[in-house]
Amino acid sequence: MQQAGFQLSWPWRLSLGYLFLMLALPLAALIAKSSSVGWAEFWRIATDPVALSAYEVTFVTALLAALVNGVMGTLTAWVLVRYTFPGKKLLEGLIDLPFALPTAVAGLTLATVYSSNGWIGSLLAPLGIRIAFTRLGVGVAMLFISFPFVVRTVQPVLQELEQEVEEAAWSLGASRWQTFWRVVLPQILPAVLTGVALGFSRAVGEYGSIVIIASSIPFRDLIAAVLVIQRLEQYDYAGATVIGTVMLGISFLSLVVINLLQAWGSRHET
Amino acid sequence: MGITIAGVSKRFGQFQALHPTDLTIPTGSLVALLGPSGSGKSTLLRLIAGLEKPDTGRIFLTGRDATHASVQERNVGFVFQHYALFKHMTVRQNIAFGLEIRKASRAEIRARVDELLELVQLSGFGDRYPSQLSGGQRQRVALARALAVEPQVLLLDEPFGALDARVRKELRQWLRRLHDKVHVTTVLVTHDQEEAMEVADQIVVMNQGRIEQVGSPAEIYDHPATPFVMSFIGPVNELSPRSLLSCQLPEAQAGPHQLFLRPHDVQIEVNPNSSGVPAWVKAIIHLGREIQAELVLSDGGSLWAHLSRDQYASQPLQVGQQVYVRPKVVKAFPLKKNDKKTAMTPLATAGRSPMSLGA
Repeated sequence: MQQAGFQLSWPWRLSLGYLFLMLALPLAALIAKSSSVGWAEFWRIATDPVALSAYEVTFVTALLAALVNGVMGTLTAWVLVRYTFPGKKLLEGLIDLPFALPTAVAGLTLATVYSSNGWIGSLLAPLGIRIAFTRLGVGVAMLFISFPFVVRTVQPVLQELEQEVEEAAWSLGASRWQTFWRVVLPQILPAVLTGVALGFSRAVGEYGSIVIIASSIPFRDLIAAVLVIQRLEQYDYAGATVIGTVMLGISFLSLVVINLLQAWGSRHET
Repeated sequence: MGITIAGVSKRFGQFQALHPTDLTIPTGSLVALLGPSGSGKSTLLRLIAGLEKPDTGRIFLTGRDATHASVQERNVGFVFQHYALFKHMTVRQNIAFGLEIRKASRAEIRARVDELLELVQLSGFGDRYPSQLSGGQRQRVALARALAVEPQVLLLDEPFGALDARVRKELRQWLRRLHDKVHVTTVLVTHDQEEAMEVADQIVVMNQGRIEQVGSPAEIYDHPATPFVMSFIGPVNELSPRSLLSCQLPEAQAGPHQLFLRPHDVQIEVNPNSSGVPAWVKAIIHLGREIQAELVLSDGGSLWAHLSRDQYASQPLQVGQQVYVRPKVVKAFPLKKNDKKTAMTPLATAGRSPMSLGA
């Protein structure tokens, strides 16, 4: 027992070593590489107007997409848990498709449908709405690839929610809407937030489908990940790593915020 | 009138959960719906609450036709077996929920919640979350939450079913005292006959979607209306018509009857000159406040007998001992034609298993 602190079990050592090699070391290398340019240069590259715009396009669009999916995914999970209808099994499988589909294929699919001569794009074009090669296209791609996360995190929680709790609220005079808002939603909120966080991270990291559906023109629909590639193509390794480091920092911060939200959402669970 | 149910029935798919039923529950009484699972007791309760819609019939709450009223409109308090508390709310917030929905003022809510916390003996627990309470405490919170809105009727669906035996016993005595204080018309669903007898003014015994009997605990026990009530309330021996014990009875000669004998109505004599039916003691089980003997009659049938501690002390029995048995009171129910087949099977005297004796 005295040596417990020194003689650690092999699963502990193995997983820690794995984490170090696969996660901590590459991230540290990225930060080290980016800081090799010096602080002033780092700041100049990081706050370059093209880069700033790319961060904004990436993070704001990803956040919006994650929030939209937070609502739509919760609704879809609700329908899947509470209703039985023909083709439900098929729909269940369909929802996971964005997980499995190569992102380039997803981009191709979306471009086919949303380009100005595609099924949906051709309907919207007369209204002056263009989706492909605009920021809207970036959003559509992010919606597509992050959709399953909220459904899959909320569904099991909804399934476990006792119907009796809702019936108790009704018997106390609460309407169905009040019951959802005040009783159901607070209990599934941690799961919704988890789903939104996962969807957001996934959307921020998306590259394959966006590079197809967007024009990647700075200040219009250029996302940070594509900017990194563009810098690499120009052999600007330092620039690429600096932007990469900034993305890392922002992603990390948003995850911390979402974790805090989650902890707040589940404060009643002791 | 408290609650009036007229010709109410309910079917779930192929299953007739409740046959057309009439029942009147007087204002301010505490009534237990008692029956085995699938007897329709919970369905009836949920119909009263408005959580289910009846297929036929009408439901009146305090004189008003509530048949088509929604749960929300009926102003009933409902308590579930598994508490159904709002986990994300504190005890105070749980109790205040119905009052907030009714847009009561803050001061009013505060005063009412304090009063209810006092009533359910949970003052000082107001800021805890349900997960920080024991089962018994959670059910008291659920009760306070239901009472907060001053319901016309309080409906309890197996409220003590999830609690351990000791807490259950405490809580039902507490519920009885609470009802004497609050006097709200209360309907309690239970499958536990002891619970029903201890708590309720009136018991409604249900079986297979029908009401078998309505009466006070004493009436139900002493004058059961049907064989089902006889065998469901309290331990019982069913006597085969061919049993040696039955042959001596006038009812058995009058025609086909279903015969029941309570274990405490079995007289055991050791005197060989006794006119009783010879039997052997097969097993003796000490149940604490009484002693249970399993007897085998000379015709092969078996019989449970309960002896008080005093009886046992003055006449100790031993396994293998020969005794003579005489029934003190036998309850006979005339057989309906379609019951004949089951009753004539040579099951001898089918005693109920010791597990279900409920002593």
